[in-house]
Amino acid sequence: MSRRSAAARRKNGVSWLMVAPLYLFTLLFVLGPMVYMLVLSFLQRAEVWGVTNQFTLANYQNILTPIYLQTFVESFKLAFTSTALIALIGYPFGYFMARLPGKWKRFAMLGLMIPFWTSSLIRLYGWIIILRSNGVLDKVLMGLGLTDSPLKLLYTYPAVLTGMVYALLPFMILSVYSSAEKMDWSLVEAARDLGASAPKAFFTVTFKLTLPGLLSGVILTFIPSMGLFFIADILGGNKVVLVGSLIQDQLNRAHNWPFAAALSVVLMILTSLMIRLYRRITHVKDLEGVL
Amino acid sequence: MKKNRFPRIYLMVVLAVMYLPILLVVLYSFNESKITSIWGGFSLTWYETLFRDKAIFEALRNSLVLAGLTCLASAVIGTLGAVGMQRLQSRTKGPLEYISTLPIMIPEIILGIGFMVFFSLLGLPFGMTTLVIGHTAFCIPYVFMQVKARLVGMDKSLAEAARDLGAGEARVFFDITLPLIFPAILSGMLLSFAMSMDDVIISMFVTGVDVNTLPIKIYSQIKFGVTPEINALCTLMLLATILIVVLSDLAGRPRRRRASKNISQETMELQKEELR
Repeated sequence: MSRRSAAARRKNGVSWLMVAPLYLFTLLFVLGPMVYMLVLSFLQRAEVWGVTNQFTLANYQNILTPIYLQTFVESFKLAFTSTALIALIGYPFGYFMARLPGKWKRFAMLGLMIPFWTSSLIRLYGWIIILRSNGVLDKVLMGLGLTDSPLKLLYTYPAVLTGMVYALLPFMILSVYSSAEKMDWSLVEAARDLGASAPKAFFTVTFKLTLPGLLSGVILTFIPSMGLFFIADILGGNKVVLVGSLIQDQLNRAHNWPFAAALSVVLMILTSLMIRLYRRITHVKDLEGVL
Repeated sequence: MKKNRFPRIYLMVVLAVMYLPILLVVLYSFNESKITSIWGGFSLTWYETLFRDKAIFEALRNSLVLAGLTCLASAVIGTLGAVGMQRLQSRTKGPLEYISTLPIMIPEIILGIGFMVFFSLLGLPFGMTTLVIGHTAFCIPYVFMQVKARLVGMDKSLAEAARDLGAGEARVFFDITLPLIFPAILSGMLLSFAMSMDDVIISMFVTGVDVNTLPIKIYSQIKFGVTPEINALCTLMLLATILIVVLSDLAGRPRRRRASKNISQETMELQKEELR
């Protein structure tokens, strides 16, 4: 008995040794920065540079001023819109891809993997070429006689939206694909045999079973879209200001670290609330029980 | 049965739109004219300019060193962590696992800012060290989750059998566990390498004035006055990407399938994590 517990202790000792690097790294370099940021958000900004050790709520009050509040609203709107568009385009793609016969599936996957692994900056740069004034799109439209002057599409809201959708679409496709791929299609056939119409079978069986993939795709696209300030920067000029751009600006240009920290804390709370909400709405645990 | 053509047409149209911007970058890299909107004829001028640009190669070298170190560090920490976590009996497991996967749950910019303020609190000099720490923090979860998913699906009796036959802990790890989880480690490393090579946001916050990574360099070129040289650089990077993707596809279908399955396992895992 006591020997066994000694062995168990030794096993646990070795395990502690194995997890030690992960524990140390995580506590120091993930928890550390987060906690410090929280502390910083309650400190006062020094006159010229840095911070003073004085407690204040001013940074959070500052966020509530209309101009900053507006930025949060705009950011969320953009994130919602791009996530919705991504789901609309990506869901059918992932679903159709999972239904392709073997060889074609492999080609489609390969075709998807190349843009997926390509640097996001290269892909965004391609959009600049297309959207800029007198760019490819303008040339095509004017060539067809549809417009007679450049549309000036670059540095507009739609340009930023296009960039977001384009940059994050592969994540949605891969998520939906992976859950559609492992789905048991005989369930759909069973529903059809029992007299369900094709749309009914889709919504009662397929959609519910692929919901976990759609959901994880939503999470994988919504969260990054809140912070991808460089897309707004490159394709939106200074016309579209996201929370991400605001934070970066406060940090690097205004050198108001406490305010930047407060903005980050609020953004973090909002995103974790979103995740919680999704969990609440969809009850994916129950669905997995069905699987 | 009636054959529906719509799915294939849809897939092809979406893929075509995905490739269009990339192809344009390639096309314009051969453009003689300095103004991107005008086609001045075929030329290799920009490739010549590129190869004479020392700053670009410096940035490329930095990025490769950074991605290499990041992928090694996150592979070691993530793998040991995942294997250790599975064996460990401790109440700290849940919270710690949550914190360690935070870097991929929260917007990257928050992580970047956290690093920036924290590193300056610690007085760490900004440069390669801070870059490696920052990148390792967001790459560990990729390795960790892939290895964890693999361990869950692993036959535990193999390790037990080895132990019954007298193998020590180290022997079990190196002879049984490691070979079995190796594909997961490899695909986690590949993902880490790619993520690190591509990262703009975190690098911007944690790099020093004298260390440029390739994405930062490209970013500033795109933002402040584009030189067509960037087209040439992007084309070469694209070529390297295609080469790697196609080679790993040709390197044997079983391995490719496993890798892609791991990616999907990872997203599944992430989502299960979310829903807990």
